Formats: sequence, structure tokens, C-alpha cells
Amino acid sequence: MTKTEKDIPAVELNHVNKWYGQFHVLRDINLNVAKGERIVICGPSGSGKSTLIRCINRLEEHQQGDIVVDGIPLTGNLKNIDDVRREVGMVFQHFNLFPHLTILENLTLAPIWVRKTPKAVAEANAMKYLTRVKIPEQANKYPGQLSGGQQQRVAIARALCMNPKIMLFDEPTSALDPEMIKEVLEVMVDLAEGGMTMLCVTHEMAFARQVADRVIFMDEGQIVEENSPKEFFTNPQSPRTRKFLEQILH
Amino acid sequence: MSETPITPTSNTASGGSWFYNARLRGFVSQAVVLGLLAWSLYAIVSNTQINLQRLNQNFGFDFLNKAANFDILSSLISYSSSSNYGRALLVGFWNTLLVSASGILLATLIGFVGGVMRLSKNAVVSGAAAIYVDFVRSVPLLLQIFMWYALVLKPLPGPRQAFNFFNCIFISNRGIIAPRPEFGEGAIWALALLIVALIASYFLHNYAKQKQALTGERIPAGWLSLAMIVALPAVGLFLAGWPLSWDFPSLTGFNFSGGMTLIPEFLALLLALSVYTGTFITEIVRAGIQSVNKGQTEASQALGLESGQALRLVVIPQALRVIIPPLANQYLNLTKNSTLAIAIGFPDLVATGGTILNQSGKAIEIVMIWMVVYLSLSLGTSAFMNWYNSRMKLVTR
Amino acid sequence: MAYVRDSEAPRLSAPIGSIGAYAWAKDKLFPTPLSALGTLAIAGLFLIIGWNLLDWAGIRAVWSAPDRELCAVDGTGACWPFVFAKFHQWIYGLYPFEQRWRVNIVYVLGIISLAGLLIPSQPAKNWNALFFFVIYPIIAFFLFYGGIFGLPVVETDYWGGLTLTLIIAVTGIVTSVPLGILLALGRQSTMPVVKTLSVVFIEGVRGVPFITVLFMASVMFPLFMPPGVNPDKLLKAIIGGSMFASAYMAEVVRGGLQAIPKGQYEAAQALGLSYWKMMRLIVMPQALKIVIPGIVNSFISLFQDTSLVTIIGLYDLLGIVQAGFNDAKWKSPQTGNTGYLALAVIYFIFCFSMSRYSQYIESRTNRGLKR
Repeated sequence: MTKTEKDIPAVELNHVNKWYGQFHVLRDINLNVAKGERIVICGPSGSGKSTLIRCINRLEEHQQGDIVVDGIPLTGNLKNIDDVRREVGMVFQHFNLFPHLTILENLTLAPIWVRKTPKAVAEANAMKYLTRVKIPEQANKYPGQLSGGQQQRVAIARALCMNPKIMLFDEPTSALDPEMIKEVLEVMVDLAEGGMTMLCVTHEMAFARQVADRVIFMDEGQIVEENSPKEFFTNPQSPRTRKFLEQILH
Repeated sequence: MSETPITPTSNTASGGSWFYNARLRGFVSQAVVLGLLAWSLYAIVSNTQINLQRLNQNFGFDFLNKAANFDILSSLISYSSSSNYGRALLVGFWNTLLVSASGILLATLIGFVGGVMRLSKNAVVSGAAAIYVDFVRSVPLLLQIFMWYALVLKPLPGPRQAFNFFNCIFISNRGIIAPRPEFGEGAIWALALLIVALIASYFLHNYAKQKQALTGERIPAGWLSLAMIVALPAVGLFLAGWPLSWDFPSLTGFNFSGGMTLIPEFLALLLALSVYTGTFITEIVRAGIQSVNKGQTEASQALGLESGQALRLVVIPQALRVIIPPLANQYLNLTKNSTLAIAIGFPDLVATGGTILNQSGKAIEIVMIWMVVYLSLSLGTSAFMNWYNSRMKLVTR
Repeated sequence: MAYVRDSEAPRLSAPIGSIGAYAWAKDKLFPTPLSALGTLAIAGLFLIIGWNLLDWAGIRAVWSAPDRELCAVDGTGACWPFVFAKFHQWIYGLYPFEQRWRVNIVYVLGIISLAGLLIPSQPAKNWNALFFFVIYPIIAFFLFYGGIFGLPVVETDYWGGLTLTLIIAVTGIVTSVPLGILLALGRQSTMPVVKTLSVVFIEGVRGVPFITVLFMASVMFPLFMPPGVNPDKLLKAIIGGSMFASAYMAEVVRGGLQAIPKGQYEAAQALGLSYWKMMRLIVMPQALKIVIPGIVNSFISLFQDTSLVTIIGLYDLLGIVQAGFNDAKWKSPQTGNTGYLALAVIYFIFCFSMSRYSQYIESRTNRGLKR
């Protein structure tokens, strides 16, 4: 890679503002994410963290400011949006697997129809990722037959099958029963250690400590503090950060 | 300590507590119900026999062979007033099928357009569809049939001043008259080529699926099939010397002769049925598409699927599961509502049956025939819905 | 890489053009060129229809005339005097003029009682229900028919118009609720005889068109009676309507019963309640609240389906309006159109209000259930 390619940030947000009607939900967001960086975003509910990452693959539109993903500016241009979505994978809080398709079909749908991959190649790739998330034997089952933890792991594999450069996680473990959170976090740690650029909205602070390069705290639509995990957890600077950490690290 | 085995005691209490025994009570109540039923049936049958005797009637279906002695306004099969009652009923049956099938097609078209409009983000488009549903459902269907007849079809000009399209299609107060196609020698080859085209499309689709699986490329099988189905029969007709002649309607005297006519009674019934049933289909389509979780669309978009692909591969398969059973029910309702034909004089099964009933007095037999026909349609539809639901059920634990 | 925010980002108001009337219009009316075309086309269509309607029903219409002459003039619009003249007939049918006060009493009593039942905040619903469903029908029948207290008899042949429509529809619904409950419970029963009979009745009646049920009641039913007994035409229609409505009501009630969680049945049984007590005290009150929108919708359907009795020779609202078209005094090209339009408006007012009420009750019930 040439120096210039290496320098292009994976995700850039400059003075991004977003409103829902009159409600100013994202206020002056500035964020640069380098390739291979792992970011964890935390904050109280309603702080706009989900909205922030959903703006990155244009599931939400921002009204002011620039968002550039892998060098592609995110505007109303439909072609740009399609290009961005091909390079960005997303894992949802409620999995959103396609219930009428088998697990294998869930994973191969987008590669076949978007990247025009031949079926055999797509299926081999899918099995590779299913094995990586440790549930290859479920390939021919339907989502309704799997537990929540298994479904979320399938969802991660489904996003990975498109070979994205950036992975977004929107509270991936919040809808899971406690005993299934660990298996999903293990997959995410494995992914991080493989060098994937990740932005995670999550409350799992142990995960942040273990894997994140930066932890960002958001409150009321603005970025209040960001720091390395070590500094963030031992030495929070802003009083709002301190209050939040008190509440969740009891 | 040894355990004494617990032996199950009999459930039936002994002695005078039989009154509280659930099974016995159930048995006795059912016996009472059956007894009442049997007694009422006996009373009904004996009364009926006495009444029929008094009216000089008997129960039987041989009256179907008697001459009908009445004309029928419009028929798909040949019929004259010297045909028998059975044939008259058959004419009515075919007319019912004709108006129901055309109504189903038209209503589905209206309903799907309405449903999509209802879901539009455009407030005017969605509002217009909502107004359509609210207004049409607040007026009785029978009144709507009369209104279509009186306000739209009767005010049309007479045959001499009919609306004229290219001198072959005429719209007047006698109905819509169009040329009737007559197929001569050799037209059978066109039919054969049509069948060939259909078979070829099937294989084309299979080939396209395999090609996509192998290489990832898609060929536009849909458009190619359509082109084949249209072009091949046309080529066949051409090669056979174009054995297609048209019986053009021509104005003779005060009316048209020749061609084929859609009488205004049929048109009024068709339009009213389609517009009315269309409102229900609109709501069904809307509910079906809305039933698909928004997260499904978001996941599809996040994976990079285009909106057309997301619709076709993810949303519509799930929506159809929710749409098809109530849709089948509406088709059945439309067929049942077609019996209102009697009110404007379109000769459907109930209308012709009603004429026969009045003329011959065979009330029980005619009503039985109606029941058998419509119940078969209903039960058939229920069976289909049950089969469809069990096949399409989403697999869960 | 450490960053700590030192000052609040300003809370700005949304940029002009993204909220407010202009933004709403742009988003909802003209988001894309194709959509804008749709907006204009539909708006145009409505304007054309609206203008023509206004023209025919207002500007060119005849408002006052003693007979058909003015209405028969070429190019006039609606013939309103026809409606004004016939309106009382549309409501009362052929009920003798001097006796109409009896009908009016029935209407007033009915409206008061119904208002008490339908408005959620009104008290004493149980007494009201007892009055409306049991006592009121008896009073109404005797007022209509007469024969007691010196009131002259008015045969059912004279009953017609809106009154007849309401009689058939209200009687139909009132009888269909208890019958429908019994049928629904029968369908759920474990006793095979009861269950089979219920299923046969429900599916049999629902599977055939209403008109065949009316024909059955009108033509076949007299054959089942002992010779010499010829039931009244109206009674036959009411029986047909009630049978039909009961079968559909059974399915509505079944939906309500299925919506009650199994835990309610279990808790009632655990407390020692017998089957009928459980139904009366625990299950039915909850189920009926859920099915009120369904009952109102059934009433709307029956109210509209009553128009079919024209076919067996009864003069309901639709029938009597059509009978009026044959009056030589008012025959003109516009009489029919005016009559049908006025009819459509009357039906629309009734049915639309009822459906809005049903939606209101449904949203109230859902509010109670939402956590």
C-alpha cells in the first residue's frame, strides 16, 4: 500500500449535524477512524450513538456536514450510497435475519445478487464464515430454529460474507439473554484481532477494555470525551463521563 | 419405610353423585341435543311432505329435463327457450364463473395498485387511496351496482351515436361491442406454438438459474420469455397465412349485429364488484407489506441490495404469506357477491335459478343446487388456504 | 488522541427547508418528479369531479318545484324537490301518517339508550344493556304493531324505508350476539355432537351467499312449517338476517376468545369457578370488550346487506327509494340520479360514523393493553 492509501481514513465525519424534525439529535460530530482501528461508542440512551453509526451506511440521512467512507463521500448520490454499503457491514440489535431463507441462503443472498458471485463460490465462502463463528452445522436450518446467540453470530457471518472493509455494530448484545452474550463477544474479539475496522455501540465495557483502540462517550447528541480505554476508564476527564461510568460500572 | 403404590381410583363417582360426573353430564347433554335435533328434523320432514302434497309437488330432480320456456339475456354456451331447465342452470353457472373470474382479475389489479398507493410517502397519493377505501366501503354493494348501471351505463348514447374506436369497438347503452375473432384452418398451429413457447420459457428459466449459480451472471429470462410467448404464436399465424378473421360489428337498423357484446348488466356488475372488492384487497396488500418488519428492509439495504432486489427477494416473499389467505377469502366473497346479479337482471346461477323456482315451484331442489355449488367453492377455498398456510409456515422451533 | 469537550456544541434550529410547511410539502407532495406528477394528476382529478358534482347538485339543480316539470327540463341538475317530497316515506315507509308518533317514540328511546351504551363514560351500562336488549325490543314491537292499549294495528306490509332497514339490522345484530356466543362456545367445546353441529352451522351459513339464505328463509322455510302457518314476510327476512349474522358473529367472538391468554382460564379454574361462572365472570367480559369493534363492523355489514331484502319484496330504504322512481308525478331523467346520490349520502353518513366509532373504541382498548 502506498503511503497515501494508508493515510485515507476509513471513516471521516466533519461537523455533522442531524435533526429529527425540530430535535437536534447529532450536534457537531467530528470523528476520524483510521483503517484497522476499533472504536467503541458508549453513552446514555437517547444520546444519538445509534443514529451516528446508522448515518455511516446511510440508513439515516444527515442534514449538515460531510461523511466520507473509504474515500467515498456520502451524499444523496445513489451510486455512492450503493458503493458505500457494499464496503460497510452492519450487525443489528435485533439480528434481522431473513426468516424465510435458510442460514446458508441468508449468507449467500447478497454475494450472489450484489457481487454476482457464482453460487458454489458463495456457499464455500459462507461455510468458511459459519465455521469461523463456530456454527457450521446450522447451515440448513431456519433462523426461527436457532437461539438468539446463534442468530446474532449468523448475522455477523452474513455481514462478513460481503467482505466489508468496515463493520458497524449497533448494540449487538443488548437483545440477548445473559448466557449468550459471551459467545457473541468472543466472535467480535476474534474479528477485531484479525484487523477489521470496527465501530461498536455497546454497553459491554469489558469488551471495550480488551479490544478497543479508542472509547468515545456521547451525550445529548455530542461527543463529550474520547480516549484510549485505559485512560478512559481509570481517568475520565469530564464530569458527565464520570457520572455515566458510575452508573454502569457498579 | 415401604411405599404403598398409588393405585388410580376410578373417575366415576359411585352412588348419588353421578350428577356431578363431568363425563356423564357431557354424555347426557349431547344425548338431549341429539334428541331435540332428531325431533325437529322429523317435524320438518313430515311438514314438508304434507305441504308439498298440498301444492301438488313432489321432491325430485327430473324437472331439470323440462323445457325452460324462457329466454336468457346473454350466454356463453348455446341456449334457446326450448332448452331444458338443466341447460338454463348451466348457462347461469357459466355466467357466474365469467363475471367472477373477470371480477377477480380486475379487483386484484385495482387492489394491488391501491395497496401500493396507500403505502406511498406522497400524502396526496396515499390519501386518495384512503378516500377510495372509506367511500366505497360505506355504501352497500347493491346500491353501487344500481349506481354504475344508472349513472354510467344508461346515460351512454344509443347505438347510432355510439362512441366509436377505430370503427371496430363501440360503446353504447347496449354495452361494449367488439369484433369477435374467428379462427380458421391452421390457427391450431398458433396454439401449438404457444404451448411450445410456454415450455421453452420454463426451460429458459431453469437454464438462467443454473447459469447464475455457476457464473453469477444473470440473463433477463423474464423479458425473453415474454417476447417468446408473444412472438411465436404470431409467427405461427403468419406462416399459416393468417387464418384469423374478425366478425366486425355493424350497425343494422337500430342496433349492432355481429361481433361480441358485453351487455351493460354484465359491465355494471363487473365494475361494481371489482371496485368494491378492490377496497378490501387494497387493505390486505397494505397490511401484508407493513407486516414485514422494517428491520428486514434495513438489513437488505445494509447488505447492499438494490431496492428492487430487496423487494423481490426479501419483502414480497414474506408479505405474500400474509396476503394470500385473506386474498383467497376476498375472491370467494366476490364470487358470492356476484349473486346480486339478480337485482339488475344479469342471468347468473341465482338469477336463472330464481326464474326456474318461480316457474316450477321447485324451491327445495333449486336451493339445494345453490347450496351445493357455493358450499363447494367455499370449502374448496378453505382447503386451499389451510394447505397454503401449512406449506408456507415459517419454520420455528 | 485524547479529547475532552470543553464547551457545549450550540443547539441550533433545523436548517430552513428541512422543516416547516415548505419541507413538509416537498417531502410529502413532491419528493420526486414522478411523485409530483401523481400529486398533480390526482389533485386535478378531484377538482374536476368536485366541480362537476357541485355544478350538478348545486348550481344547475332544481330546488323547489311542485312536480316533475322543472326537473324534466333539459340540462338541469339534481331534482331536489323529489327528495324533499319523498323523504318522509324514505324514513317511515308506508306507515300511516297519524300513527307515526309511535315510530318516533321508538326512535327517541332507542337513541337515548344507545347513547348510554356507546359512550364509554356513561354509567349503569348493565341496566342500560338489559333495557336495550330485552325490554326495548318488546316495547318497540308493540308500538310498531299496535293491538294493545287501544293502538290500531299496523301490519308489517306498511313498515318500510329506513325504519325497516333499522328493524332488520338491529334485530339481526341483537339476536346474533347471544347466538354467536353460543355457537362460538359450541365450536370450542370438547363434546363432539355440540362441536359438529356448531361447525356445520357456521361454515354452512358462511359458505353461501346471503341472497340464497334470504331465498331459503322466504321460500323454503314456509314448507317446513305445519300446513296453514304462513310466517310474515318481514319475520322471514329477520330470521334469515339473524341466522346469517350469527354465523359471522360466531367467528368474531371466537377471535375474542382466542385473544384471552390461557392463564386467565387457568386462574379461574384454580379458584374453583365452574365452566359457566368462568365464562360469565372472567372470560366473556374481557372477550366482549375486545370484540366490540368486530360487532360494530358486523352491524355495518348487516346494515348494508339489508338492502338485499328488496329482492324478496320488502321495501327497505333502497327499495322504497326505487319505488319512488316509478311515481309518475316525479318521473324525469334526473330523478333516478338524485335519488341514488341522496341514498349514497345517507348510507355514507351512517356507515362512516359507525366505522369511525369502531376505530375509536379499538384504539381505546389498545391503549389500555399497551404497557
